Amino acid sequence: MAGTIQIQFRVDFPSPGGNPFRLDVNTVLPGRGITAIFGRSGSGKTTLLRCFAGLQQADRARLVVGGETWQDEGLSLPTHKRPLGYVFQEASLFPHLSARGNLDYAIKRAGAECPGELIERVVSLMGIGPVLDRFPGQMSGGERQRVAIARALLIRPRLLLMDEPLASLDTARKQEILPYLERLRSEFDMPILYVSHSIDEVARLADHLLMLDGGRVAAQGDMPEMLSRLDLPLRLGEETGVVLEGRVLERNEQWHLARVGFAGGELWLRDGGDALDRQIRVRILARDVSLALEPQGETSILNRLPVEVAAIGPDSDEAMALVRLQCGARHIVARLTRRSVDHLQLVPGKKVWAQIKSVAIVK
Amino acid sequence: MGFSEADWVAVWLTLRLATIVTILLLVIGTPIAWWLARTRSRWKGPVGAIVALPLVLPPTVLGFYLLLAMGPNGPVGQFTQALGLGTLPFTFWGLVVASLFYSMPFVVQPIQNAIEALGERPLEVAATLRAGPWDRFFTVVLPLAKPGFITATILGFAHTVGEFGVILMIGGNIPGETRVVSVQIYDHVEALEYTRAHWLAGAMLLFSFVVLLGLYLFQHRQSRAGLRYWV
Repeated sequence: MAGTIQIQFRVDFPSPGGNPFRLDVNTVLPGRGITAIFGRSGSGKTTLLRCFAGLQQADRARLVVGGETWQDEGLSLPTHKRPLGYVFQEASLFPHLSARGNLDYAIKRAGAECPGELIERVVSLMGIGPVLDRFPGQMSGGERQRVAIARALLIRPRLLLMDEPLASLDTARKQEILPYLERLRSEFDMPILYVSHSIDEVARLADHLLMLDGGRVAAQGDMPEMLSRLDLPLRLGEETGVVLEGRVLERNEQWHLARVGFAGGELWLRDGGDALDRQIRVRILARDVSLALEPQGETSILNRLPVEVAAIGPDSDEAMALVRLQCGARHIVARLTRRSVDHLQLVPGKKVWAQIKSVAIVK
Repeated sequence: MGFSEADWVAVWLTLRLATIVTILLLVIGTPIAWWLARTRSRWKGPVGAIVALPLVLPPTVLGFYLLLAMGPNGPVGQFTQALGLGTLPFTFWGLVVASLFYSMPFVVQPIQNAIEALGERPLEVAATLRAGPWDRFFTVVLPLAKPGFITATILGFAHTVGEFGVILMIGGNIPGETRVVSVQIYDHVEALEYTRAHWLAGAMLLFSFVVLLGLYLFQHRQSRAGLRYWV
């Protein structure tokens, strides 16, 4: 089981008179890539992350990271002895130190001598060169959070924990930081646990998804697969959708479109400037998928795929239903009115045409 | 006319007492302040109240109990005698011990407030950056709670300088040993030497005003600088 992260945490929060809360998680997570810990607020996401760091005392705990035991019966490494990096929800820079001073704080304590090229790489990766001499009070929220991420990287962690690092930022700042997080994923080979309640961030960043509900693991698995499942307690409503990973096969200069191949077919989408053969991730929202029994003639819709109904499930809205569609080796989900489901006499196994109104590149 | 030689002796004795007491209080008071700021123990209330007692207790009451405790038959007195140190009342070190109690709240409370205002987060951040407990104290708590420590130092020093009742109870009036400025002024007044009393009293007034003005300006600057934990 080397290379995995085995966890078992139980934490009780007695609340006299109120609702006692119990976090009870016992599972194994992959030892690489980004694992999103997803759930609504109050589901125990942050508590779980704090357990990893040893910031939250657990009543029962076992934590083995890449074959090394951090916590078990009678053993619990204190936080400062765990080789991890932690990015807090709000940028938690030391106010009495400049950005450079904050980075130095990590560099000095990282153990072995820190190669200068690593420092340069992290600084340029996070784009914080121009603000190194500023104090936290003189930086924007986005800059502070990037310095905080750089600081967590320079401690050279074997496990990076991120607690909703974008939650305290407005949409523009979020868009500013997301590309840095994507680069982080491709440039550093370490497992990252990323707490989020935003399905957008999850769709964009995660490889693996752990869904928490009421302090328990509701489900976990590969992120694209998880998003196509209808049997989860998670109801995303308008945001329901799947993520497909594919490759740019063709770029049409006349129409500024790109043809992307994935394991279930091909899609035309607006050319996002990605080079040929580049791996990209696209997101198809369920509300943008409609179904037809015949391949229709003239229509403005570019993408039509032959699919087979795999399952039909309820939606958070009583008028709506979610239909999971087998599309080659992949799944997509359509959100239809229940009346349409009835009208088209959709049942598992039925072959139909999926018309996809819009596809967004998320990465 | 200025200060007489005896006045100067009293001044130096006072400064020496206040300096030693302040240093000792920073060492003793910091862990107490830390504990009071962080503990969830049910003893927090009682301990906090005991530390704060000198704020409201007449100095004579405090002095009376200390005198009994440190006297030949008191527990502290028995202990110091067993160590071959004699008894503490009517000695300089007796004054030091008494002043530690008397000035304690003035040192503990500013530090406690500063640590409470700091919250858990900076310490958690430091821990995730591999800083051990002592490292965290010196590199995070001390710099961030610095205004609290400076206020504690100034108040502890100034309050010890201004001490009178406890000194009279514990130290009596021995030149060069326990006769501090406040006692010296009292003696001048008793002897109807008003001019001498004026010089010393005026000096004390000026000292106190300058200290408090300095403290005020310092705190004002701190709050404007907005040195706080960034969220």
